[in-house]
Amino acid sequence: MTEAKLPIISIQNITKRYPGAPVAAVDNVSLDIMPGEFFVLLGPSGCGKTTLLRMIAGFEIPTSGTILIDGQDMAAVPPNKRPVNMVFQSYAVFPHMSVEQNVGYGLRIAGVGGDEISSRVREALELVKLDGLEKRKPDQLSGGQRQRVALARSLVMRPKVLLLDEPLSALDAKLRAQMQFELSDLQDEVGITFVTVTHDQDEALSMAGRIAVMNKGEVAQLATPSDLYEYPANRFVADFVGSVNLFEGKLTLDEPDRAAVDCPGLGKVYLNHGVTGSHGSDVWVALRPEKIYLHVPGEGKAIRAAAQDAPEDHNLARGHIKGMSYLGDITLFEIKLDSGAMIRVSRPNLSRHDQEDFTWDDRVSMHWRADSPVVLLS
Amino acid sequence: MALFNRTPRAPLEYSRTLWLRGWVTAVMVFLYAPLIVLMVFSFNDSKRNVVWRGFSTKYYVKAWNDSTLVEALVNSLTIAALATLFSLVLGTFAAIMLWRFRFPFKGAVDGVMSLPIIVPEICLGVAFLIFFAAIDWPSGLIWPFNLSAITIAHITFCFPFVTMVVRSRLASFNKEQEEAAKDLGASEWQAFRDVLLPHIRPALVAGALLAFTLSLDDFVITFFTAGPDTITFPVKVYSMVRFSVTPVVNAASTVLIILTVVLTALALKYQGVKSIAESH
Repeated sequence: MTEAKLPIISIQNITKRYPGAPVAAVDNVSLDIMPGEFFVLLGPSGCGKTTLLRMIAGFEIPTSGTILIDGQDMAAVPPNKRPVNMVFQSYAVFPHMSVEQNVGYGLRIAGVGGDEISSRVREALELVKLDGLEKRKPDQLSGGQRQRVALARSLVMRPKVLLLDEPLSALDAKLRAQMQFELSDLQDEVGITFVTVTHDQDEALSMAGRIAVMNKGEVAQLATPSDLYEYPANRFVADFVGSVNLFEGKLTLDEPDRAAVDCPGLGKVYLNHGVTGSHGSDVWVALRPEKIYLHVPGEGKAIRAAAQDAPEDHNLARGHIKGMSYLGDITLFEIKLDSGAMIRVSRPNLSRHDQEDFTWDDRVSMHWRADSPVVLLS
Repeated sequence: MALFNRTPRAPLEYSRTLWLRGWVTAVMVFLYAPLIVLMVFSFNDSKRNVVWRGFSTKYYVKAWNDSTLVEALVNSLTIAALATLFSLVLGTFAAIMLWRFRFPFKGAVDGVMSLPIIVPEICLGVAFLIFFAAIDWPSGLIWPFNLSAITIAHITFCFPFVTMVVRSRLASFNKEQEEAAKDLGASEWQAFRDVLLPHIRPALVAGALLAFTLSLDDFVITFFTAGPDTITFPVKVYSMVRFSVTPVVNAASTVLIILTVVLTALALKYQGVKSIAESH
């Protein structure tokens, strides 16, 4: 984001308050979206992400704040005059029009000539791989095909920004995975800025260039997918994106190149980097399940060897396996620590017999690397 | 034994159940026998309507030559057409208003709107009689203005039915479609014309049919609002029956039945059934 480009969408202090609602749906949100970006608004239902998207499209009027699209203030611009197009959650394909008529609708309204309409419609249908279905009616199409019609109908308008409201939520799991890749490819191909709303973290992580995680009308964190996962800014993001073990603790060591947290639930946690926080303050330690190694007790040497990046008695825990679920590629363990706290550990099944290594009520030891835990202040 | 060699009945093969067949036949006879008798006896070659005396179409000729009967029929069709047109426009906009907007006293407006459906016809008739007398509505105008009072009364009780039908259709409209049209550049009016109107078209056809038939066969309200010089088909038939039920009445009624059936069939064929089936 260091390029000297101007943002295609600039959202400045946008607030949306519905009459009678006690809290704002969108609360003082500011963010810039760069040209050609695949931007995702991620959050649980009711977090304000769809409201924000609809304000960009012009279907909701902000209570306060400014939205600039390509440098132009959109306050007085109605939806039908904005240089953005939207793919709706229900696709909203016109049922009484054929595929061709659907895709050509916007061009017809704009008064484009018949020859240009048919060539641009053909082009758009080829882009979404729907060529050959021009004459079909929407009720003769599958859900995935209808979505492609909605995509083509928007792309044919050559908008500066394409807005997508939960574009994949109505598709089944396999098709969704396929469409995630196709959407990314399509975005590369057309070079249009995509702004997508989703509640599905997998969808967000796999497609996005940058993600804004929203919670209760505010942006909880804005980052690239890997930063969001590996460096969550707060407990909400850590918990919402992926799964995580959270433990409360006190900061006992706080130096520029190392830190330590004493967690009553987990034990002593050592980090090989500094954290922002003052000595003795209350913090949370977030530890992803896949970053924890499981051992059979008695492999003491192995543990010590593995945990040598931390001082003695740090980054180690012991407990009993209380629950197991075998998911094929990985096995999930629910482990009751000696402190009484529960921790979740996932373990890849690297060989066909890996799932036989542990079973219910087994006593296990765990360790993790000193760069794995994340210390959160809020 | 033959009795046991029958193939067993499939679960949904109800047409093979004897008692059900009998029941359906009985219902059909109960519903349609009077109509069929009416139509058959319109071809009866007899002054009196009770015994069959051979086939004749002379009462159709007689009905055609009865100028007051033809005038009544033309009046009725004119009133029905006008009432349908106006109630369609009024009813549709009322339905859209109640569906789209939030405004104070919406519940009250909603209730009052459907009042003409609930209020007994006789009360409405009397109300119209008093109302038109009170405001001194001009009578004795030239055709078709002499029908204005009846037409207004008919619009009043027809348009709530249109509203009802259109509203239930609007409930299944996906508002995102209208937003999609606007998103693609359509103005308010273009979005209405290209997206909402096609969606409610089956309801418009159904509402129009409902209004047309309600108006065409209305007796009570018409009887009270008709001036001394205007007569409609149901009122005319009523006055003819008071003297005697001649096959002329049968003939005129048969024409009316066939007319409405053909109209309904055409409307359903070209609009209604097809688009209703398509949209689900």
